[in-house]
Amino acid sequence: MTKTQAQAQAQASAWHEIVVATLKANDVRLIVYVPDRVFTPLIKAIHADTFFTAFPATREEEALGIITGAWMGGLRGAVLMQTSGFATIPNALASLVVPSQIPALIFVSERGTMGEFNLGQALVCKTMRPVLDSLAVENITITRHDELAFILDRSIKQAVATQAPVTFILSPLLTGGKVFEG
Amino acid sequence: MSTKSTGAIGAHNAKVMNRFDLTKRLVGKLKRDEAVIGGIGNANFDLWASGQRPQNFYMLGSMGLAVPIALGVALAQPRRHVLALEGDGSLLMQLGCLATVAERAPKNLTIVVWDNGIYQITGSQPTPGAATADLVAIARGAGIASSAWAADEDEFDGLVVSALKGGAPNLIAARIDNKPAVATTDRDPVQIRERFMRGLGSKSGH
Repeated sequence: MTKTQAQAQAQASAWHEIVVATLKANDVRLIVYVPDRVFTPLIKAIHADTFFTAFPATREEEALGIITGAWMGGLRGAVLMQTSGFATIPNALASLVVPSQIPALIFVSERGTMGEFNLGQALVCKTMRPVLDSLAVENITITRHDELAFILDRSIKQAVATQAPVTFILSPLLTGGKVFEG
Repeated sequence: MSTKSTGAIGAHNAKVMNRFDLTKRLVGKLKRDEAVIGGIGNANFDLWASGQRPQNFYMLGSMGLAVPIALGVALAQPRRHVLALEGDGSLLMQLGCLATVAERAPKNLTIVVWDNGIYQITGSQPTPGAATADLVAIARGAGIASSAWAADEDEFDGLVVSALKGGAPNLIAARIDNKPAVATTDRDPVQIRERFMRGLGSKSGH
C-alpha cells in the first residue's frame, strides 16, 4: 500500500478504527479501561478483535498498575479512561509509572469542555494538563482526524524508545464528545 | 495439606505469626523463577531482606497496586507463577482488584495478605475493620474461591505449595505480629524495574 493509499484509507476510517489499527501496528495487545460513553465504539471494536486482551478495571489506577506489570513482563498495554478518571491516577503516575520509567499509553476521553453539562467534569478537566505538565508527562491533545494516526504511531514509538508514559487527550473535536440529552 | 481443613479457620482463630519468617518460608518454596511483587512498606522490605531475587519487584509507592501489577505480569507471562505480597491496609485501599482478578481468573496468580490490623509503618494506627472485616471472606465474595486463612506456619507452607501448582487464582491470608521489617529496600525504582525485567527475561542486552 502506498503512503497516499494509506492516508486515503485513514481518512475514510472512523477515529476509533484508526486507534485500533495503530495499536495493532505497534503490538499493543493489552487494553484495560474504565468505561466512557464517548469511547464506547473504541471499546466495542477492541473487544471484537481477538488481537487484544481487553477488560475493565474497577479504578483507573488499578488499570495503570495492571499495564505496568504487563510491560515489565513483556506485554505492551494501554489504559482508557475519561477525564474524571484521570483525577484518580496522579499518585500512581508520580510514585510508580514515572519513577519506574514505564511507557504507559494513557488514552483520555476529554470531558469538561466544548458543551459539557456536568460541572464536576468541567472542573476536573482544568486540572488534567497542569498535573501532567508538572510531572513532565508527555500529553498531546488530538483534535484532528487527519493527524490522529501520525500522532499516535509516532508517540507510541517515542514512549517505548524513551521509556516514558504518554497521554493522548482525545478532544470532542475528534470524537464528537458527549452532549447533554435533556 | 489441603485447603479443605481451612474452612473452619477464621481470622479470629488463626495463629499470629511473623511476616519475615513467613516471607522466608514462601521464598524458600520458589523453585521455578516465580515472580514476586512486594507491596508498599514492610511487605517489600521483608521480601528484600529475604534475599534479592531478580524476579522480585519492590513497590516503593502506589499503595494498593501490588495485586494489579502482579495481575499484569501474570497476563504477560502465563507460564510463570506470580505472587503479590500485600498488607491489609494496602489491600483495603484497592479491594476492587479482587473482583478483577476473579473475573480474569489467571491460573498463575497468588495473593498473600499480611494482616496485622494496623498501618504499621505510619505509627501502627488500626486499619478500618481491623476487628470486624474478614479479608478472606471478602476475597471469596469477590469470586476468588481458593481463599484461606493460614492457621499456623505449617498450614501456610501447605497453602503456598498448593497455590504454586496453579490452576486458579489463590489468596492466602496470614495474621501477623506488629514487628517491623528486618531491613529496608534500596530506594532506586529504575534499578528495581530493570533488574526485575531482566529477571523475567523481558529485557536483555545493554
